[in-house]
Amino acid sequence: MAQVKFTPNLKRFFPDLCECEIDACTVAEIVTAVDNRWRGLGDYIIDEQGALRKHVNIFVGDELLRDKQTLSDRVSADTKIFIVQALSGG
Amino acid sequence: MHKKLLVGTRKGLLIMNRDGGDWAVESAHFEAIPVVYSFRDPRTDTIWVSLDHGHWGGKLHRSRDLGARWEEVEAPKYYEGAACPPDFSVPAKTNYIWLVEPGGADEPNRLYVGTDPGGLFVSDDGGDSFQLVDTLWHHPSNTHWFGAGRDHPGAVAIQVDPRDSRRLTIGISVGGVYVSMDGGESWEARNRGLYADYLPDPMHEHGHDPHIILASPSNPDVLWQQNHCGIFRSENGGLQWRDISDKNGGPAGFGFALAVDDQDERVAWVAPAVSAEYRVPVDRALVISRTEDGGDTWQDLRRGLPQANCYDLVFRHALDKTGDTLAFGTTAGNFYVSDDRGDNWRCLTNNLAVVYSVRFM
Repeated sequence: MAQVKFTPNLKRFFPDLCECEIDACTVAEIVTAVDNRWRGLGDYIIDEQGALRKHVNIFVGDELLRDKQTLSDRVSADTKIFIVQALSGG
Repeated sequence: MHKKLLVGTRKGLLIMNRDGGDWAVESAHFEAIPVVYSFRDPRTDTIWVSLDHGHWGGKLHRSRDLGARWEEVEAPKYYEGAACPPDFSVPAKTNYIWLVEPGGADEPNRLYVGTDPGGLFVSDDGGDSFQLVDTLWHHPSNTHWFGAGRDHPGAVAIQVDPRDSRRLTIGISVGGVYVSMDGGESWEARNRGLYADYLPDPMHEHGHDPHIILASPSNPDVLWQQNHCGIFRSENGGLQWRDISDKNGGPAGFGFALAVDDQDERVAWVAPAVSAEYRVPVDRALVISRTEDGGDTWQDLRRGLPQANCYDLVFRHALDKTGDTLAFGTTAGNFYVSDDRGDNWRCLTNNLAVVYSVRFM
């Protein structure tokens, strides 16, 4: 199962958020799964059309997510996923 | 008279009160998160807050105990396949929640939300869920909507007629004024008398830029509009607008903010700035202008406001009035109050973040 980690900044809005393991084939499925566990979390990561929010990054292993529109990047059982905010000023 | 203020800033929400003295900050909420808009719905005693997380999107929160506890509600969402005016090449999503407005007194569960990219949303369950008002979103004139200062148009003004909750006036920036007489089932554009100097035809039927629209509470047929191209007033619900910008060389013209008097339909206040290209206070001096004769003449109210080296702007929802008291916050984090209808001002603080919204509660 893919291991999913989150930026600690999301704990402000989801205090019991924690690293988890998800059985999924794509990053989109992972977002759906974590949204089911932490209701509303998906809206913090993707917009209502399913695209990655502009200032959010998802690392699939060491690589940045490629398909920011539909999150179709494949994941395997040992993939590590890191969901993090993009760096920005002010 | 209201004794509390909701102040939305780039770094959070402040609740101020004046119990026993001058206004002071009572509590701070949503620390470090941009608060676009906040108001108290008097029908349900609920405070609503629109947030603009830089990373996580626009969110809505409400408090039913005057700020002791907050609850996030699902923000309005565009449906799958919705696309942004004017060319519909970009998928529509809620980029920004400009404001939340209550429905009429006779419809306590109804709320309206105005968003970027231009969609008006409605809730009939007290804000638990919102639906896009398709009739306005698909208005045939939407090919004349476009963004100004932002990438996409915004629904920035919502007025519900207190005499008839089905009569709605909406401002789309940029798009123009839309009025519904049937609770949002149908809409007509009402821009006659407005002009738009950025269009090939400034008198075009569509494509106008109301920054904010308010109705006079004492006569809701009287509408006021601070527009990109000046100040306009209508005495017939927007059927005909008249340019009331100061014609005598005074600063009242371009600006964002507007307040109207509760009792007298001839009285309103604006916060002038130099035109769109500059967006600084006129002569680098902060001024609030007041008309007491329906816009025939303007008085410039400067006492207590900085008159040199000043770069403060007042955003569209950052000026409000209750009784004889006015309050506004600025882009430079300064906050001013007047207790005599603007004749004299005093600065409460110089050290806030950018102020987006000021509402008495």
